[in-house]
Amino acid sequence: MANDTGELKRTILDGRGFSYWRRKTSNVFFSLLFSSSILIVLLPLLLIIGYLFYKGAASVNLDFFLHRPAPVGEHGGGMGNAIIGSLYVVGIASLIGIPVGLLGGMFVGEFPHSKFSTVVRFVADVLNGTPSIVMGVFAYTVVVLPMKSFSALAGGFALGVMMIPTILRTTDEILQTVPTSIREASLALGVPYWRTVLSVVLRSAKSGIITGILLAGARVLGETAPLLFTSFNNAFYSYSVTQPISTLPVQIFNYAISPYRDWHRQAWAGALVLVLAILVVNLAVRTFSRQKFEQTL
Amino acid sequence: MTNSANTNTGIIAQDLKAYFGSIEVLKGINMSMQKNKVTALIGPSGCGKTTFLRTLNRMHELARNASIKGKVIVDGADIYSSSIDPVLVRKKIGMVFQKPNPFPTMSIYDNVVAGLKLTGRHSRKHLDEVVEKTLVQAALWDEVKDSLRKSGASLSGGQQQRLCIARTLAVDPEVILMDEPASALDPISTAKIEELIFQLKDSYTIVIVTHNMQQAARVSDFTAFFYLGELIEFNGTRSMFTRPQKKQTEDYITGRFG
Amino acid sequence: MTVAVEIDDIVMPEQSRDVERKSFVQADKVFKAVIGFFAFLVIVLLVWLGLQLYSSSKLAFSSVGIWKFIEGSTWDPVTGVFGALPFIYGTLLTSFLSLLIATPLGVGTAVFLAELSPKWLRRMLQPLVELLAGIPSVIYGLWGIFVLSPLMANSVEPFLMDHFGFLPFFKGYPLGIGFLTAAIILAIMIVPFITSVSTEVLSTVPVPLKEGMYALGATRWETVKKIALPYAKSGIFGSIVLALARALGETMAVTMVIGNTPQISKSLLDPGYTMSAVIANEFTEAADAHYLSALIAIAFILLLVTLIVNAVARWLIWRTTRAN
Repeated sequence: MANDTGELKRTILDGRGFSYWRRKTSNVFFSLLFSSSILIVLLPLLLIIGYLFYKGAASVNLDFFLHRPAPVGEHGGGMGNAIIGSLYVVGIASLIGIPVGLLGGMFVGEFPHSKFSTVVRFVADVLNGTPSIVMGVFAYTVVVLPMKSFSALAGGFALGVMMIPTILRTTDEILQTVPTSIREASLALGVPYWRTVLSVVLRSAKSGIITGILLAGARVLGETAPLLFTSFNNAFYSYSVTQPISTLPVQIFNYAISPYRDWHRQAWAGALVLVLAILVVNLAVRTFSRQKFEQTL
Repeated sequence: MTNSANTNTGIIAQDLKAYFGSIEVLKGINMSMQKNKVTALIGPSGCGKTTFLRTLNRMHELARNASIKGKVIVDGADIYSSSIDPVLVRKKIGMVFQKPNPFPTMSIYDNVVAGLKLTGRHSRKHLDEVVEKTLVQAALWDEVKDSLRKSGASLSGGQQQRLCIARTLAVDPEVILMDEPASALDPISTAKIEELIFQLKDSYTIVIVTHNMQQAARVSDFTAFFYLGELIEFNGTRSMFTRPQKKQTEDYITGRFG
Repeated sequence: MTVAVEIDDIVMPEQSRDVERKSFVQADKVFKAVIGFFAFLVIVLLVWLGLQLYSSSKLAFSSVGIWKFIEGSTWDPVTGVFGALPFIYGTLLTSFLSLLIATPLGVGTAVFLAELSPKWLRRMLQPLVELLAGIPSVIYGLWGIFVLSPLMANSVEPFLMDHFGFLPFFKGYPLGIGFLTAAIILAIMIVPFITSVSTEVLSTVPVPLKEGMYALGATRWETVKKIALPYAKSGIFGSIVLALARALGETMAVTMVIGNTPQISKSLLDPGYTMSAVIANEFTEAADAHYLSALIAIAFILLLVTLIVNAVARWLIWRTTRAN
């Protein structure tokens, strides 16, 4: 026995010739290379978040949330109207994006193998990759031109169209993870199919679908390009669907490219608030859905 | 009164063929299963026994590319006739699956009454009664009566399967189809399920698929042997296991293939 | 007689619910039709989008001709001369440049996450990488203007000019805005797309394959090189193409740092313009129908290009992930 081990040890040690060390070195080298690439990738994240706090935190105060923009040269002012406007436009977008995405996603997720579903899934993925500025142009031609005015509705339409593929695909994926056995259990009880989907399948998939909707909302909340010439901008508080409306991202953009220091400060503050809002939704949704998911399984 | 001879007959399959795409998995089955008796379906994997079971409450057609020819007559009516709603068939002919499949997001209580709640409106009192009655029938009441609000997924495998049986009983079926109901369970839970089947057959017609021949011998009154999509032999369980008529049956039950 | 009664027994055990029950089959059909209709709307949407943009850009295409429009290198709205080449050039240049930077980083990160990092570390780092994709474009732009651009102007660009100034790519003035700055911002923005899809694809490499390689005495890097990367090749390539589509259409961040000058310059330090940026900047100023149509025509070209690139990317990714 002892002899055997010694033999083995010797064979292994003998194998450690030049090529062994060369292979070993290249292994270490590439491991380091891959590890450093993630550091390089995460560095900008750190820098961006860091700068947002460094430059923006000081200007985030109560006024920022309550007031509308002050004219150049006047101190104070805020983005209250832009914050409300953003929520308003995303609300309109949800009215378009959620029903279409959810119901369409139910079809694709419930009949995942049909040719039609494959086509819809492909089209949704392609739509998802369509530049947001193109969606803005689309909304301009179908809403702004006929209405002859920039409007919250046009902005909501552009963002709503962008929400559809995201929600459709998450609903699709989540429904496919619901085991067939659960559908069968319900059908075998004599529950009609539509009822099975709405009450049993959707119920099992609820937290995942809500997650998908919230993430889609968070994503369009930060969109700027499709709003530039749809919801446009407004220096005042506005609650009308047919009027231009101020939104946080557009306001940040306008302030960032302006030549005024005060406005730059406001832009940083707005950026901080926007990113925090998006981060909070993301984090909340992730922890919430992970808990839920682990509970179910 | 011409059909009085049939009053003991629960289910009749007439020249029943089932397909997945163009593959014929059942090749014309003729068989009648008696009321308030247990009929066991045995045979090697892929012989069509589970498919046959699933044709009996129209679950087969839910699978992809699945189709069917022939008749299944329950109480004198063909469940495949166009005037019949599959949903009602399934309510009348319940099913217990191989792996326990309680609804994961529902409590024990809600699991039992799921079928009732999803197909109509019922008073709270009625539901309470059904829950107690069926859980008692399923021999689960004593174990869960204090935790009806807990998730159905929190139970052990054997308990989950009895919960699924209670859930099936709650919609008041006449026939219960069981697809290897104990194959995923430990021996003690299996014994409980078998005991349960024995008690249930007084009130229900039961058809059970099993790969375990001792189980078939223990619980069933009749046994059907399937092989390659055909019904090879169908007889009283006792005679089937003591004096098989066909060579293939004998080979199978003596363990020579399968 | 008896038979009839028994049929009734199946169809309607309780007379009172007769109507509701009879409608079950019908209800299922209606349900399927309704959700199918909404799924169909997605296809309608894409077709509508294409037709709408095409019909709105017809004016621009017909007055100069499609080819002339694409080929023309002068963009002068005042005199009504519309040539989109400077924008197409800027879009292609910044996108490919950003891919050059993002691909090694993105794939390297994916290999790290999928093959090297312990599970707990991956669970921590992967959401962070995805967070990069969640930060709005306008915020990258803001950071680009006030942080990256001064850095480029004061250190990076003078360094490049001093050491590589003999190359045509690094001539000019260290403005801090231009093709290179835009490409760097773009690279940061598209890395998460490469990483998340590549990580996913690498995770589909069957463990037995890798174990077989390890059992032959291969090192981790050899296993990655010989087994994992070849297996995931087409999916990783797909992720890069997907990132390309993102880069082509990215608007705000680029608009804010590229300098918005419609010129075709070899030097990466020079300011330029991109298709998306010109739409963002000039759309609200486009007073006459011709000008507007020309901008919509650029959007239409952008749509077509990204459609094709996306379709290719999806196809490549599906091919690998579907293999198992």
